[in-house]
Amino acid sequence: MAKRIDVSGLTAYYGSHKAIEDISMTVEPRSVTAFIGPSGCGKSTFLRTLNRMHEVTSGGRVEGKVLLDDEDLYGAGIDPVSVRREVGMVFQRPNPFPTMSIFDNVAAGLRLNGSYKKSELQDVVEKSLKGANLWNEVKDRLNKPGSGLSGGQQQRLCIARAIAVEPNVLLMDEPCSALDPISTLAIEDLIGELKERFTIVIVTHNMQQAARVSDRTAFFNLAAVGQPGKLIEIDDTERIFSNPSVQATEDYISGRFG
Amino acid sequence: MSHATIADKRPSTLRGARLPKWSPYAIALGSIAVAIGIGLGAGLDSRIQIGLIAGLLFLLGTYVIAARVEGSRQAKDRIATSLVWVAFLLAVVPLASLVWSTVVRGIKVLDVYFLTHSMGVVADSEPGGGIYHAILGTLEQVGLATLIAAPVGVLTAIYLVEYGRGKLAQAITFFVDVMTGIPSIVAGLFILSIMLMLDMQPFGFAGSMALAILMMPVVVRSTEEMLKLVPNELREASLALGVPKWRTILKVVVPTSIGGITTGIMLAVARITGETAPVLLLVFGNSFINANPFEGAQSSLPLYIYQQYANSAGSEAAFDRAWAASLTLIAFVMILNLVARGIARWKAPKTGR
Repeated sequence: MAKRIDVSGLTAYYGSHKAIEDISMTVEPRSVTAFIGPSGCGKSTFLRTLNRMHEVTSGGRVEGKVLLDDEDLYGAGIDPVSVRREVGMVFQRPNPFPTMSIFDNVAAGLRLNGSYKKSELQDVVEKSLKGANLWNEVKDRLNKPGSGLSGGQQQRLCIARAIAVEPNVLLMDEPCSALDPISTLAIEDLIGELKERFTIVIVTHNMQQAARVSDRTAFFNLAAVGQPGKLIEIDDTERIFSNPSVQATEDYISGRFG
Repeated sequence: MSHATIADKRPSTLRGARLPKWSPYAIALGSIAVAIGIGLGAGLDSRIQIGLIAGLLFLLGTYVIAARVEGSRQAKDRIATSLVWVAFLLAVVPLASLVWSTVVRGIKVLDVYFLTHSMGVVADSEPGGGIYHAILGTLEQVGLATLIAAPVGVLTAIYLVEYGRGKLAQAITFFVDVMTGIPSIVAGLFILSIMLMLDMQPFGFAGSMALAILMMPVVVRSTEEMLKLVPNELREASLALGVPKWRTILKVVVPTSIGGITTGIMLAVARITGETAPVLLLVFGNSFINANPFEGAQSSLPLYIYQQYANSAGSEAAFDRAWAASLTLIAFVMILNLVARGIARWKAPKTGR
């Protein structure tokens, strides 16, 4: 069910502040695309425009087109709620619902959307937890609160919750930045498995991580503080890390700035 | 060898003279003794004055002794601690004395008979009678007021936190603030003016409406604060799952803060339970049992207390009843608070492993 994303001429604002300007790129289905770049260059903002989460922030608005296969997410009559069911998201900090058990957390997407059969729920939860490599760790305590898990387990719980609604695309906003190396490794392995089924876009500050998990890498940069962020280049990960076509990319990757 | 000798000779910079652990108690006892002495010497017979003198002496003594023995930094530390303790005692003493005198005087006539009978056939100056009619009136009036104010207040708070942008939200916030400051008698007069226009007689629900006016801003404010405490990440997590905003609020935001919201409502209930002025104006008071809040005068606990005190021309029996009713009222409010705490603890987001 993975879908292609085609972005053209996308500009996003916070109120009157232009956060990113004129971004165009294609994200291939069943692949991992990583966004790298210095802080404040608009990677996360751009990621959030891909499932219309940007407009949740007050004053957030977007110009340009985002095509999911052939449908413009910002076209007339498009329901942002439906968009978010097709394009799921995992956040920087693990955020399981504190009032819900592990089971309810994974079932939340289906339950809250009101579209499920009771008999299916058990299967979906098990499948999603297995998909997130968490099943063996939590199968004996599905009724315990999700906030009792460790940080890495919580993040995998959030991934299970996101894939339970069977999205076409999975957006990950620095999913490992709050985790230790072991948990990070678990999530990176998981990303490798998930790309068989989903289109994955991941924002990361960790360049080794981008090199490890992604097929393609996009480098974002901003001219100066207060200026909008721009896409500098997007290419196969191998090329970006060995022989980038723009000098700024090479400077950033080799640690000359940022 | 030479290192050791140097270390032996040099005084430790990490260890200074310390007052023994019991010194605060000793200073406190000493200052109380001195204060009593001063009181006797100067002929003060008010225990409050002696207590205040003792408090001042304790602060002064702590500072002087600590400054002598431990140095000025520790003395400042100790005086800050002492100030906190003295302030705590100053706050607790009146509270404890209020509870004590209410219990001692109220327990005299407080029994099952008192709680289950009205004043119907008992004159205010005679012994006997009870507060059943007043308890009934309070429960009905406060219950109805809560039924009006809690939903309106909670929904207003949800609007302000989740949807409110721009002029309208600012205006609502402003008027909620203004409403918080409305004296209870003014809320009573407001409803009374409507009653007079419609040529109506006093009845329980009129009091409920005035109480609801007083309760609403408190509910809005506390609910607002609780909703603001819900991390934005939870809202975003829910929205990112493709859950519509209203369901996110209903299933994620409100359940996360339901403990705090309930506590807020209960505290608001506790606050209006003790209101006398609007009830006096609108419900009028009745020594018979009237279970219908929509017709005819009713009684209520605070009103009963006031009327027993004011209308009985110094009769001992009426005073006893007033104290017993006060004790009932305090117990009622305290039970509400305990229930609120229980709910807050039961509903609080769980972190157990």
